[in-house]
Amino acid sequence: MHKPIDAGPPHAATVVACTQESPTIFTLQLRLDDEAVRQAYRFAPGQFNMLYLYGVGEVPISVMSDPEERGMIGHTVRALGRVTHGLAALGPGDKVGLRGPFGRGWPLQEMGGCDVVLVTGGLGCAPAVSVIHYVLRRRERFGKLVIIQGVKHAEDLIWREQYDGWARLPNTQVLVAADQGSTSWPWHVGHVTDLLDLAQFNPARAVAMMCGPEGMMRAAAVSLLTRALPETHLFLSMERNMHCAVGRCGHCQFGGAFVCRDGPVFGWSEVRDLLAHRGY
Amino acid sequence: MGGSTVRPRVAVHKFSSCDGCQLAFLNLGESLLDLAQRVELVHFAEAGPLDPDAEVDVAFVEGSVSTPEDLDRIQRIRTHSRLLIPIGACATAGGIQALRNDVDGAQWVAQIYSHPEAVASLAHSTPIAAHVKVDFELWGCPVSGPQILQVVNALLLGVAPHDNVDKVCTECKRRGYPCVMVSRGVPCMGPVTRAGCGALCPGLGRDCYGCYGPAENANTDSLSAQFRGLGLGAAAIEQRFRSINSQAPAFFAAADKARAGRDE
Amino acid sequence: MFSRPEDAGFLPVAQLASLVAKLIALGYRCLGPGVEQGAIVMRELDTPDAIPRGLQAEQAPGRYRLTRDPHNRYFAWANGPQAIKPLAFAPTESLWRVERDTAGALRFCAVLPETPLQAIIGVRACDLAALALQDAHFLREGRADAHYAERRERLFLVAVQCAEPAATCLCASTGDGPTPTTGYDIALAELADGFVAVAGSAKGAAVLNDLNLSPATLQQIETAQKQGEDAAAAQTRSLPSRNLRDALMSRLEHPRWDEVATRCLACGNCVAVCPTCFCHAETDEPALDGQSSEHARIWDSCFGEAHGHLHGFNVRPDIRSRYRQWLTHKLATWHDQFGRSGCVGCGRCIAWCPAGIDLTEEVAALTDQCSAS
Repeated sequence: MHKPIDAGPPHAATVVACTQESPTIFTLQLRLDDEAVRQAYRFAPGQFNMLYLYGVGEVPISVMSDPEERGMIGHTVRALGRVTHGLAALGPGDKVGLRGPFGRGWPLQEMGGCDVVLVTGGLGCAPAVSVIHYVLRRRERFGKLVIIQGVKHAEDLIWREQYDGWARLPNTQVLVAADQGSTSWPWHVGHVTDLLDLAQFNPARAVAMMCGPEGMMRAAAVSLLTRALPETHLFLSMERNMHCAVGRCGHCQFGGAFVCRDGPVFGWSEVRDLLAHRGY
Repeated sequence: MGGSTVRPRVAVHKFSSCDGCQLAFLNLGESLLDLAQRVELVHFAEAGPLDPDAEVDVAFVEGSVSTPEDLDRIQRIRTHSRLLIPIGACATAGGIQALRNDVDGAQWVAQIYSHPEAVASLAHSTPIAAHVKVDFELWGCPVSGPQILQVVNALLLGVAPHDNVDKVCTECKRRGYPCVMVSRGVPCMGPVTRAGCGALCPGLGRDCYGCYGPAENANTDSLSAQFRGLGLGAAAIEQRFRSINSQAPAFFAAADKARAGRDE
Repeated sequence: MFSRPEDAGFLPVAQLASLVAKLIALGYRCLGPGVEQGAIVMRELDTPDAIPRGLQAEQAPGRYRLTRDPHNRYFAWANGPQAIKPLAFAPTESLWRVERDTAGALRFCAVLPETPLQAIIGVRACDLAALALQDAHFLREGRADAHYAERRERLFLVAVQCAEPAATCLCASTGDGPTPTTGYDIALAELADGFVAVAGSAKGAAVLNDLNLSPATLQQIETAQKQGEDAAAAQTRSLPSRNLRDALMSRLEHPRWDEVATRCLACGNCVAVCPTCFCHAETDEPALDGQSSEHARIWDSCFGEAHGHLHGFNVRPDIRSRYRQWLTHKLATWHDQFGRSGCVGCGRCIAWCPAGIDLTEEVAALTDQCSAS
């Protein structure tokens, strides 16, 4: 894992581009201002940055860009709270603070030779997108790539063209579902878990990575394990309240784990028991 | 972002109230000068500028709705304001004058005034949110300067203000004050009351009397039980909750429960 | 503190002030017991002889009352609401600030505390055990917290053996007291006519050396030792000495959580007085001129609403899940993080809970056994 920039202060970064992905979701492309800091910045898929909005505060956001693409750091964000609403109003040239990357990403290096199954829900697709970039750049090292994404409403789906594009690649399967479809919805209407039965992969030689609502991840995990996916090949990315990002402030504790430091990516066995209880 | 020179237009309106929350603005001292640099105060009767029907970005509203004229005026203000922010216990919970909601006000008026027909007063004193949509509420009696600045800063930054729903205890402990309820047995409302005052009363060695209204997850049942343990009777407990923020639902319910206990 | 009796000195009662004077002469801001709002607090000692005598504190769930010690000792009180925690892990602390120019460019800079050398006289074995846990958290290998480190490094700790435990004390059962064993610069055990004094660090040894104490007699040491044993035996509360992790984590849906939630005020007093709790929030305070903002951390509590905030969702919306989070972290998952329980037996959360919730009682109810066992 890469050495993070640490607890603060952040580094200044400039908004290079912002794309409105849906009425509430947007992507910020950021560039660290300091040359040396920019050169030193590396992240692993699944890690996150703390983005700082002047005078308001910080939010943890996963990095969604291609890890090989140096110099530009992408974050896809939903405008919901004070900081994210403020970030949504930024435009090219505006300044933010950035520190990171933090946490433990997806165990991609150990999973060579495996089929890769990504199961995501809602904006959980963002931390998985850098995995797709990673796998596509090293296509020969992995087996099948199965991309499964679920959304509540059809209009919540972002990156439609990208899903279409990935679906046309060899050895790649794309399955998308919306709980509520629309007249122009070409994909499945129903739950993500319905799609798992359609997914084509060899469970004995696959790794599954999940990110999304906890109920969805639990249901997907049960389904995948029923198909004989080894428990050690099942990973999920957790979300908890992160203020400091370095395992100090205590808000993101999930049992004994500090999600910011020990996660956000966990092996299934590490979180299975507590996921069954509301309130952790 | 930092270079914006357009100053937001701000109005401060008064309804039924004591003016104490407006004083929170005036008592800002040097910060008031900074404030005047960054916002345009277009209506603030207590400070000078008068233009009650001006179009504004933010209208701060002090006081409760308690007269027929208030009913009409709050609607006009809503129409003219992009954001409307009630400030203080009167505006957020009806204030101390809402104690009359529970009694026959007309009879009181008849007893007190020689020309009761000259008094135009609604039967109930109600918070602003009971009449129009509000964008944020600042609780407190009166609100504090730092609260006002926090809201203005958020407005200038284009974000929602931070809503502090923590209990007074959190501020009390950060300041290192020993808990007066534990060390002296005084019935402190801090454990059910919203932070924002900086634990002013416990810092002076007395009990919080709940002037910031109910905090989030205010366990008034448990606190009432503690008050009983400290020797308070049902009437005294009812009074603790039926005070400045009597109409705030959590306190209203707690007072009713205490009264039910008293009547038993 | 009695492992090397040959190194123990004896500080006659009249010379306690000379210890304080020595520390002041070395540049320390000296803090010792004082009374505020009916409680013993650590406050600055204006003069070397400002430590009050004869204070005692009677403690019970939700209750703390000052009383007089019939023997007029200096340290016959068990503890007050706070000791070391606020001095190392400050309740509010600026971490960094950012300046913004008219073009919107941001310049970030770290803010480090300007901390005086501080000596605290009268900390207890439980406080030292708690400090060791805070050290483990904030000074973690390779990731030390600069602000904590700065404050911590400048502390001088004069510990005192507890001879008069409060009814809320349970350090004997957690293995953290009542006699200090490690983590102090100087440790004192108060006898009728003075103090058995031992150094626990080079700094402490240098101070004691300058006081030219005569060696403590074997009898004085034995009296002090016995006094510690008696104080341990006098404790009426306890937690099971075994690791409670599995016992608690297997009872996450126990009805007792609902029951305690009816009493818990979710006020966070327990967290604030707990010497091991480390949660803090980060906040921004922008200046009104729009040109700078201060990024600070403040003590926060798992009983607050914001603690469980997620993007558009709260993982712990009710008091039941917040109390459960606190207790299971303190006594169960703390083991995963630090290899021991997070309770050092100071009993503050019991005394300073305005609702008088007693964690030993809750544990007993949750694990279906008597707390005295």
